[in-house]
Amino acid sequence: MLSHNPFADLLPAAIMQTYVVLMFLLVVGGTLLDVIHKKSAKYFFQAGQKAQKSQTRSVGGGEKASIAVKTAVNDVMLSGEFCNARRRIAHLLGMYGFVIFLVTTVILIFSYPTSATAAPSLVTGLWHIGALMVCVGGYWFWFFIRVDVAAEGNAWYRIMRADLFILALLATTTFALIWSYLQIQGSGAWTTIAMILFVISSTTLFGTVLWSKFAHMFFKPAAAYQKRVQEADGSRANLPEPADKPAQFGLGIKREPARHY
Amino acid sequence: MPTFVYMTKCDGCGHCVDICPSDIMHIDKTYRRAMNIEPNMCWECYSCVKACPQNAIDARGYADFAPMGHSVRVLREEEKGTISWKIKFRNGEVKDFVSPITTQPWGEKIPKLAELAEPTQEEVDSQLLCHEPDALNIERGLPIMDKSKFKQGVYY
Repeated sequence: MLSHNPFADLLPAAIMQTYVVLMFLLVVGGTLLDVIHKKSAKYFFQAGQKAQKSQTRSVGGGEKASIAVKTAVNDVMLSGEFCNARRRIAHLLGMYGFVIFLVTTVILIFSYPTSATAAPSLVTGLWHIGALMVCVGGYWFWFFIRVDVAAEGNAWYRIMRADLFILALLATTTFALIWSYLQIQGSGAWTTIAMILFVISSTTLFGTVLWSKFAHMFFKPAAAYQKRVQEADGSRANLPEPADKPAQFGLGIKREPARHY
Repeated sequence: MPTFVYMTKCDGCGHCVDICPSDIMHIDKTYRRAMNIEPNMCWECYSCVKACPQNAIDARGYADFAPMGHSVRVLREEEKGTISWKIKFRNGEVKDFVSPITTQPWGEKIPKLAELAEPTQEEVDSQLLCHEPDALNIERGLPIMDKSKFKQGVYY
């Protein structure tokens, strides 16, 4: 199954490639609309201006570059923002799974759209592994880690708008795996149904950026960067300085996870 | 001073949802971040402000130093057993406070009520509460705090 290329001879290459370009444009357009609608760029600019007024030292260009690298490595690549280790692992699985799945999909559609040129098993294998990683991280999050499930005690099937992104992502990767499996099994009608569901869910994922949480991958790094700059310039977002006392009492609320239902 | 959440700072971990005694900290339906759904029902215990590991929750100040340019921010350092407050007034005046949260290791002094003997009907009907009079620790009279023992700032 890992060496199977589900896109080979599926449709004319031009149609599949046009679809990918269209999805890319939908993400770009949706993100721009999201920035305009939420005024997030304005918010970050104003927050930066406000912090400048209470800064105790100025941060130079070199230091800002170093902070940007730290943000990219720690907050983006390692999901360092999460204080809950389980959420962090689930997020890392979902994030890297999604990136691998996305990149290999583009490679398969643009470089190996027909069976005339066989796709390397590394690429097809990564496509399946990426989808599987999203499923593992995503379903773990969906059934066990979500705050309204873990901390509010709501049922796992209670759906709200914030779930649009995770559900569309899970549907995309789940139907992708099912579709690939059914292709190998050669079950004609079911394969077509799985493919249609895969296309519907991926279109939902990339076409609903304005309404979903998709844009968090753009504004969260900005927020993390701003937080680090505020720590470096002494403004600290008006937070008090750490107390000059020894650490001796251990963890308080962090001793137990927020799960009391 | 009811609380509010900075959505860009919140990571949606649920500590505030878990700890809020009024059950008014909930998860936003659009962004999956915490929010105070009923600020007018907030009794201002600041449990959520202190519990937030991301320092994403602030208190909205009253009119003597609100609405513009003020801030009330809290830094809870559990390992040190301290809680620091920085109050910034709208005229620029800043006040810093540091207080102890606890003087005992976390989780070791929780009374095990389930292990106590079941009270008799006479004890239930009496004016005394659970553990009283033992818990009041007044066998030798009411406790008196000697003024010489007061210290400024954090003490353990």
